[in-house]
Amino acid sequence: MSAYNFAYLDEQTKRMIRRSILKAVAIPGYQVPFGSREMPLSYGWGTGGVQVTAGVIGPDDVLKVIDQGADDTTNAVSIRRFFARMTGVKTTTRTEDATLIQTRHRIPETPLRAGQIVVFQVPIPEPLRWLEPREAETRKMHALEEYGVMHVRLYEDITQHGRVATAYDYPVRVNGRYIMRPSPIPKFDNPKLDRSPALLLFGAGREKRIYAVPPWTPVKSLDFEDHPFTIEKWDQPCGVCGSRDSFLDEVIVDDKGGRLLVCSDTDYCERRREDQR
Amino acid sequence: MIPRPLLSVRGLTKRYGQRVGCLDIGFDLWPGEVLGVVGESGSGKTTLLHCLSGRLEPNSGSVSFSQRDGSVVDLLQVPEAARRRLARTDWALVHQNPRDGLRMGVSAGGNVGERLMGVGARHYGQIRGQALDWLEQVEIPQDRVDDLPVEFSGGMQQRLQIARCLVTRPRLVFMDEPTGGLDASVQARLLDLLRSLVADLHLSAIVVTHDLAVARLLAHRLLVMKDGEVVESGLTDQVLDDPQHPYSQLLVSSVLQP
Repeated sequence: MSAYNFAYLDEQTKRMIRRSILKAVAIPGYQVPFGSREMPLSYGWGTGGVQVTAGVIGPDDVLKVIDQGADDTTNAVSIRRFFARMTGVKTTTRTEDATLIQTRHRIPETPLRAGQIVVFQVPIPEPLRWLEPREAETRKMHALEEYGVMHVRLYEDITQHGRVATAYDYPVRVNGRYIMRPSPIPKFDNPKLDRSPALLLFGAGREKRIYAVPPWTPVKSLDFEDHPFTIEKWDQPCGVCGSRDSFLDEVIVDDKGGRLLVCSDTDYCERRREDQR
Repeated sequence: MIPRPLLSVRGLTKRYGQRVGCLDIGFDLWPGEVLGVVGESGSGKTTLLHCLSGRLEPNSGSVSFSQRDGSVVDLLQVPEAARRRLARTDWALVHQNPRDGLRMGVSAGGNVGERLMGVGARHYGQIRGQALDWLEQVEIPQDRVDDLPVEFSGGMQQRLQIARCLVTRPRLVFMDEPTGGLDASVQARLLDLLRSLVADLHLSAIVVTHDLAVARLLAHRLLVMKDGEVVESGLTDQVLDDPQHPYSQLLVSSVLQP
């Protein structure tokens, strides 16, 4: 693999990405434009996350990659193998052993610790896009903190469904200032963003934006005073490990309509089962 | 205490390259007063309105606005942030086409509530209560509160837009052809509503229209514009019944009598 630089990208590109990350960390929740590169995977598969990971990864890092909480899906396996070949770093599926976690759509159930970095893959970074299609205007709205329209969306949800029906990519306010899309994680994971000990980095490859939540930063999910923010609850435990406090996926197990609720975090679920044996 | 004008405009000029949008406009608008701006298409009425409401940047002139706390600001000098805050709290703009002023994909209640949420309301029940209140004031049945504006008739859309504008109790309302595109009976009802709202809420308003009947019903004073300049101004009855400038005479005599 000597034909490629460490972590695939050339050093100048990595410097450019790191500069954007530094700015993003300095202004929590602010979307920093960066010169997104063509990556050897298609848009929507994590080009932003891969570039951020390539920007911060070092030879001593231990990498974990998850997709919807699972370590063994195509996207996770491909990206993990990509970095294993391009950097030679150690990889792991154990959350607490990893120093760098790239994730799509979940935050691991195992609590994060200080010193870890989580990289999120972001499809659409702009939280105001739903109501305002003009980029120049959304930037101005961010600059002037004109965030009233975000609540129009919640208002519509309550009006139509009797509650806030937005279940993923639930908008948050970072450090009392910028409104941010936390990428399509379930709102179940939103409380984990608040004062997280780990550094959270967000990369959007197609939209060419990087943003960040530094460790211990307050992150508040938007809500109404009389409709406070709530997370999903299930009336059954995980059908495999029996966990009552993890995010559950519904899987169909046979062709007679049999269903099973299981943890979406495969590492967490397997390790709980091992402990029970 | 000597009352101060709410809005005081001096030497307002907007050029589009070599062409003139409006030239050296000056007037005072007093609290509770409705000022009509009439003239033919292309006379600079809408340019003037957009310059005043901050949607266009004039080339020169000054627009002094006296704020709620009594201080006077020049709208062309204050930072954009302050201007946009005033636009959310103290002004409202009623567009000719309700589609420009409403969010067509958001329910009627959400449309009315948006300005409340924009100034910091965070209690769903209270926002909805105020929305229902305002729907009633503009004569929209309260059971339509969750319907989308696309399902409303043109007249209802226009009334919804007015409710959306007035919910934060602005002191100055800009109206751009508020009755354009509506049929005669709906127009009459809307004018009636506007007249009573303006009187009840002690609003000041600037109404741009090419329809002299609208101007006569709503406005206390008129500015007649031609080619970007004010050619005549005065009390509405005076201007319409005894026009002095040849262009005003032409405008008044062009009205069809049914």
